[in-house]
Amino acid sequence: MANVDQTLDASGLNCPLPLLKTKKALSALDVGQTLCVTCTDPGSMKDFIAFCKQTGHELLESSEADGSFSFLILKR
Amino acid sequence: MPSKKLAIIATKGTLDWAYPPLILASTASALGYETQIFFTFYGLQILKKELDLQVTPIGNPGMPMPSNMPIPVILQAMPGMQALVTNQMKKRMANKGIVGISELRDLCIEADVKMIACQMTVDLFDFNRNDLLDSCEYGGAATFFEFAGESDINLMM
Repeated sequence: MANVDQTLDASGLNCPLPLLKTKKALSALDVGQTLCVTCTDPGSMKDFIAFCKQTGHELLESSEADGSFSFLILKR
Repeated sequence: MPSKKLAIIATKGTLDWAYPPLILASTASALGYETQIFFTFYGLQILKKELDLQVTPIGNPGMPMPSNMPIPVILQAMPGMQALVTNQMKKRMANKGIVGISELRDLCIEADVKMIACQMTVDLFDFNRNDLLDSCEYGGAATFFEFAGESDINLMM
């Protein structure tokens, strides 16, 4: 597991809140820092991949366990 | 690389139809789009400082009813039914972790989504500028096209 600089718990929130909160959290980080987001929105798996693809941030890891999703994003 | 642009026209003033333009605008902003929404006709309700957006099942057979109990159309027109259904919808949304419409609008403003009120419909309905968001701008069709003409995506809702 890569180094985690910041965490964000967006569990229980639905589209588009997890992404909006992620964007906000990433804004507060420096380039090269990482953010670990956890959420329960079942649409988040596709959305976070699309978000990173369009914003240029790097999705280092993504996983799902018992309806909970987690994403490790490297700020670019 | 210059940012992409999204232009939306919002024409509906119900609680359910307030969501699509605001969800797409806030998300587009998070993705780096420069975003503008042109609010016209009933869409102006979304710009009111004091939001009072409602939903009604009348004329909308696709709306799932509470507990999936179908309500005959004639009963849907009973006094208080709109308030009841709106209340149920808000509760349902809160239970599902869906953002409140006022908070979603705040997120759009925070994300620099530009909101333009259609001057013609503001006049038509005798809306008072003091009742609409201080941050919104006023313009007409040409104002919309100035941005829409150079947008990558244009949506009307």
